[in-house]
Amino acid sequence: MRKKKVAGVFMSLMVAAGVMAGCGSANTSGDGDKDGVIKIGANLELSGGVASYGQSIKEGIELAFEEINKEGIDGKKLKLVPFDNKSDAPEAINGATKLISQDKVAAIIGAATSGNTKAQIEIAQSNSIPLLTPTGTSADVTVNKGKLNDFVFRTCFIDPFQGTVAANFAAKELNVKTAAVFIDSASDYSKGLAASFKELFTKMGGNVVIEEAYLAKDTDFHAQLTNIKGKNPDFIFVPGYYEEVGLIVKQARELGLKVPMMGADGWDSPKLVELAGKDALNNTFITNHYSSGDSDQKVQDFVKAFKAKYKDKSPDAFNALGYDSAYFIADAIKRAGSSDPKKIQKALAETDGLELITGKMKLDKNHDPIKAAVILEYQNGEQTFKTKVNP
Amino acid sequence: MEQFIQQLVNGISIGSIYALIALGYTMVYGIVKLINFAHGDVFMVGAFIGFYSITIFHLGFFPALLISMAACAIFGVLIERIAYKPLRNATRIAALITAIGVSLFIEYGTIYVRGAQLESYPDDIVPLKNFDIFGVTISGKSILILAVSICLMIVLQFIVHKTKIGKAMRAVSHDMDAARLMGINVNNTISATFAIGSALAGAAGVVFGMYYTKIEPLMGIIPGLKAFVAAVFGGIGIIPGAMTGGLILGVIEALVSAVGGSLWRDAVAFVVLILILIFRPAGLLGKNVREKV
Repeated sequence: MRKKKVAGVFMSLMVAAGVMAGCGSANTSGDGDKDGVIKIGANLELSGGVASYGQSIKEGIELAFEEINKEGIDGKKLKLVPFDNKSDAPEAINGATKLISQDKVAAIIGAATSGNTKAQIEIAQSNSIPLLTPTGTSADVTVNKGKLNDFVFRTCFIDPFQGTVAANFAAKELNVKTAAVFIDSASDYSKGLAASFKELFTKMGGNVVIEEAYLAKDTDFHAQLTNIKGKNPDFIFVPGYYEEVGLIVKQARELGLKVPMMGADGWDSPKLVELAGKDALNNTFITNHYSSGDSDQKVQDFVKAFKAKYKDKSPDAFNALGYDSAYFIADAIKRAGSSDPKKIQKALAETDGLELITGKMKLDKNHDPIKAAVILEYQNGEQTFKTKVNP
Repeated sequence: MEQFIQQLVNGISIGSIYALIALGYTMVYGIVKLINFAHGDVFMVGAFIGFYSITIFHLGFFPALLISMAACAIFGVLIERIAYKPLRNATRIAALITAIGVSLFIEYGTIYVRGAQLESYPDDIVPLKNFDIFGVTISGKSILILAVSICLMIVLQFIVHKTKIGKAMRAVSHDMDAARLMGINVNNTISATFAIGSALAGAAGVVFGMYYTKIEPLMGIIPGLKAFVAAVFGGIGIIPGAMTGGLILGVIEALVSAVGGSLWRDAVAFVVLILILIFRPAGLLGKNVREKV
């Protein structure tokens, strides 16, 4: 008992020391630049629930750093300091503190999920260290209650943007007039996409004839799909995650709903094909950040370089966004002409027209990238590149 | 109108799965007065056994169904012998809490053994076509579900009413002590009840997997609870009550969704439970001559 108490006091002292160390380093950090090396932290989900996201991003960053270091930035080289946050928000906080106070990094890349990124915002802001999430798509990562988190950036576009792209594609390419929207009412992601889809689709003269909802973990969607079928829409927008979407697509086809269906990057998983079946997935589309099937020269060069480094593995969107995040930072350091975090922050915010694998990028006033999205079509269970949509 | 009939078909499909699970609840309750909360997890185990028989041993739907039923029967007897038998003379609340413990043990034991990730039943196990009748699309699978459920219920009625073990079950359910004095082996009879109930849950698991594709270790919780509602709805302890309760509950859910309340579907199921407990605690068929099993 007594021992426990002592340990408890000791622990709280340790934590306090950690926090103070974090604060103290505010003035001194930025000397990530030592011996011609600029240290960049990577606070990623390398183990735990979404380990595959973090691992993929790290692969992308490592490839990019290798390429950048061939020439160096003004004679300096980038060095990656990885930290495994175990897919856990408290660990992500520890990671940010450690990277800033001990490793004295010039910037942090990570985390993969919006939640683990948000956990680090406080520390990044108070220490004035740029924090760049490759794949945190939630809108409130960069803007909190109407206030900009000026040291927080992202490489991916935000969720609602995909809804806009889908509406554009449905109205212009598929030429549909009526649409049904079927959302996961437990998910902000799904609601955000649906709202932006509806807004643009109606503005373009389309008509959303029915809105239905489900809850994550449901397995039976027949009733809602029957309601949708009763309205005879030309198109169904289902911005959900693959676990439910797989079953929705399958059950829709079984009920005789043959119209095109569309979703976003939440569909992107091999499990989707297993759940829905190859045939049911025909005539469905998704928006995504990137496709390895994109014929763009820059993308094809990246795919080739990636395959050469990682045993013929085809890069996914996480690989590409990790790679782009590295170039995004490298570009800012080059333009800043310094490894001072505050100057890097300024340069990041001024990014305009940077050519990346996932499209030409410009930041808006909320630090949200404005860039292209790709549309993929499922054909016999394979994703095939359909088109690229510029905003 | 077409839409209404379509919703009815949807409701009957899910309702017959509820009915299959509810039968196990009701039989066990009828004989030992125990709500076996682990029943929904036996259903989950059945779905996984069916899945592995199909994917690893490349069996067809019906062999997988039979294997799963047999394995679940054994599993049910094991649960009874290990967890419930030592508590037979304990208070009912002790047995109930044990049942919840067993349920959690099976769920998280499964996660420990194979992980929490989901599996999907192969698409082509039953190559059935859809039927279009006056604009109503009835999938072959819905018909198969209904057929399997009805067959199993007929077999169950036959066992309960025409066989020796069925007679023993009815006797034990009426009066356990009197049955024992008449020379009926009460322990074996109770085990047989668990075996039959669990086999039905196993069948429901395979049918569920075939119909809904997705199976995962926590899939038994909600169908288990719904089946419990169905059993109470029809009158717990009464076999035809479980069937009626299951089907009616399925149809109610589909109709609630049809009028736009898809998010209220689960809530309505439990509101039904509350209303039944207030106004007709014995259940729909509770007035009949009590023929408990």
